[in-house]
Amino acid sequence: MEKVIENVQKKFSLSEVTSAHGYFITCEKKDAVSLVTYLKNVEGFKHLVLITAVDWIKDNKFQLTYLLNNPQMKKELGVRTYIERSVWPEESVMDSAHHLWPAAKTYQRELHEMFGIDFPDSPEVNEPLILEYWDDIPPYRKDFDTKQYSEDTYFPREGRETDDPATYMKEMLYPFEGEKNV
Amino acid sequence: MFDYGEKNRELFPETKSDGTVDIDLSSGKFTKLWHGPNHPGITGNMSLELTLLGDEIMESKTHVGYLHRGFEKLMERRRFINNFPLVCRVCVPEPDFNEYCYAAALEELAGIEVPEKAQWIRTLILEMARLQSYLMWIGGQAGSFGMGMVGQWTLWARDRVLQMFEELTGGRIYHIFILPGGVRNNLTEGFKGRMLETLADVNSILDDVERVLFNNAVFKKRAVGIAVIHPEWVDEYGITGPNARAAGIPKDVRKDNPYVKYGELDFEPVTGTDSDIYTRARVRFDDCRMTTGLIRQILDRIPEKGEFKAKMPSMLHWKIPAGETYKKAECTRGEYGYYIVTDGSGYPARVNVRGPSYTHAVTLAEKMLVNTNLADVAGTLVSLHTYPPEVER
Amino acid sequence: MAKMNYGKRKADLERRSVTGPDGEVFEVDPMKNYFCEAPPKVYKPSPLTPLEKFYNWCRAESIYILGFGTGCGAIEMRPLMSPMYDAYRYGVHWRPTPRQSTVFVIGGYASVKTIKRIIRSYEQMPGPKYVLAVCSCTINGGMYWDSYNTINRLDHYIPVDVYVTGCMPRPEALLDSVETLKKRIKEGRAEGQNKYAENFEWYKANQKQIIKDWDMPDYNW
Repeated sequence: MEKVIENVQKKFSLSEVTSAHGYFITCEKKDAVSLVTYLKNVEGFKHLVLITAVDWIKDNKFQLTYLLNNPQMKKELGVRTYIERSVWPEESVMDSAHHLWPAAKTYQRELHEMFGIDFPDSPEVNEPLILEYWDDIPPYRKDFDTKQYSEDTYFPREGRETDDPATYMKEMLYPFEGEKNV
Repeated sequence: MFDYGEKNRELFPETKSDGTVDIDLSSGKFTKLWHGPNHPGITGNMSLELTLLGDEIMESKTHVGYLHRGFEKLMERRRFINNFPLVCRVCVPEPDFNEYCYAAALEELAGIEVPEKAQWIRTLILEMARLQSYLMWIGGQAGSFGMGMVGQWTLWARDRVLQMFEELTGGRIYHIFILPGGVRNNLTEGFKGRMLETLADVNSILDDVERVLFNNAVFKKRAVGIAVIHPEWVDEYGITGPNARAAGIPKDVRKDNPYVKYGELDFEPVTGTDSDIYTRARVRFDDCRMTTGLIRQILDRIPEKGEFKAKMPSMLHWKIPAGETYKKAECTRGEYGYYIVTDGSGYPARVNVRGPSYTHAVTLAEKMLVNTNLADVAGTLVSLHTYPPEVER
Repeated sequence: MAKMNYGKRKADLERRSVTGPDGEVFEVDPMKNYFCEAPPKVYKPSPLTPLEKFYNWCRAESIYILGFGTGCGAIEMRPLMSPMYDAYRYGVHWRPTPRQSTVFVIGGYASVKTIKRIIRSYEQMPGPKYVLAVCSCTINGGMYWDSYNTINRLDHYIPVDVYVTGCMPRPEALLDSVETLKKRIKEGRAEGQNKYAENFEWYKANQKQIIKDWDMPDYNW
């Protein structure tokens, strides 16, 4: 695995390599798709495990993770890249990887719907996958408050006061343990 | 692609030179049919939008999202320990794989060692979950071809396994038994004997099923050669688990990246060659048999003494250092994985669930169902063992 | 800026002319031709009490459940059909289509996309019809009380006759709820269908608040 990362470093500039809990490498946004293509075609990372995004709202950027698996080495390699986080209703834009794996199309549809990250060339990327007629902030963005939305829309039943287990356990269930820990 | 003869040629659309057909709904030659969500032949609450020419499927589109609850959003609002009741509900037939993947990822990030005995109990729980899920699946596969009584038998056997779960964990469907640092409880007294009795019952049911289902002429006629997955598709489409093994590719996380105690157990992944519905059923059935053998091995080797839980910090104020990891396990449908990102606080920054049905139900099913018959749709979907909640979560 | 494309499937619902396979051209107006638009009516019991009692006995002893697994509670329906619990001995049957069923079992949480299908299926069921709401999620949202995509209280959208608590309830609890429903029908207290007809406007307003792509008539059956 170290050899693969050495080979990658010769061709692409990696800003970060972590191997504490599995191998993850970070590259620039413009290199991401070509790096993934290189890993697939040359290094044998043929199996796409997942594509996902993380919303780092404090740093004002999205992290995209392509997790690839090498069936020969039986190991995973995560490729991270950071893209600019746009303020809704502007959408962030990323290059599409649908030509590499048919399954990437579905992941990108989900990311477009749930995070508002657009992949312009990906087929059916504007088709809704999960939600129907969603007109709010994309729900997986951190600035979308699901509790508030639920209370406003779905007629909450009275009776539930807190969702903080520490308070609840301190008062009701385990007074002793609650006192000790709080 | 089509050979209708000369008779009634005008009723059918023109076949172009490359074998494709232009789908024009206004011509009246095609029928659009929604298969699901309220349909007995669909696996769970999802639907297929089928475009038919006669009873042949020209185009298939999967619609999911009927079971979307926004797990990944809800998990970001809850503490690490609060998420355990949530994760098991991602996948209803076999919740324990979710619990294991989530707990293992947290242990990896927090650097917690799991005691020997807890690992053995985890292996036992995971194999029992696999067994009961397979038993339910056999009933579904037989039922999709009109053999309802096989389902009656296997569901009875599944209820026997669920009773053992109930004895061990207190719950029939959702167990929340695997927690960070180990498991919630020790094995009950006399568990081994009762589990062996249950396994004997299950095995006798499986013998009956083999005689009735796999030697049945109707099942062979309707399942052999239908819905073939080409081995080249396996890497391209991200197919894992029994669907890949039936295509002759021995992909099994239990063997490839042994987790808990699978490295010490003696087994070989079951593979098939033909990759049609019959072979996939056969591979799953043999895997189910193998699982009963694995449970016997685990019961023999589980240590009598030892801790079943590591010393853990206070769960309410448990903070996990920043990092990210991906943990996977082999469930009955394929590779199940959790990708977790933490930022050093008491709440996860991001949890992504990788369900094997994600590719099977959407990309693969859309491709496979083209040019099959409407009557085979239910059998094909069940043979892929898709389960919609892990697609949309 | 590309946004999600939500308007595409509406084309199927527009009025258009279609050529049949035999060459005949005919007009199709899906909103008119596919649905019957008459609103629901309140069912008045027969003035003859013994006759009404006999009707109620008949209704109670033929529970035909719609086989629509709307949520995770549906997984406990399958063991009910198996020899271990055997619900058939109580007169419970499962039917594949709403046209043949009288009881709708809502298994657990209902997401917004599903509640639209639930309403359509419920309105297509012939009366008298009853609703069994299984799992905590139908009562107060349960585990998903703060989720943006699941409803919190089912009785704001369709009338509920019997609730079953638990996450998930055991098969015995489901059997018991069927017995409770039978008792209520025999006493003439399972009036969900009439409640729906009486408070039709209120239910519709609640439903239209969350279902943003309302592409069906107000009452379709």
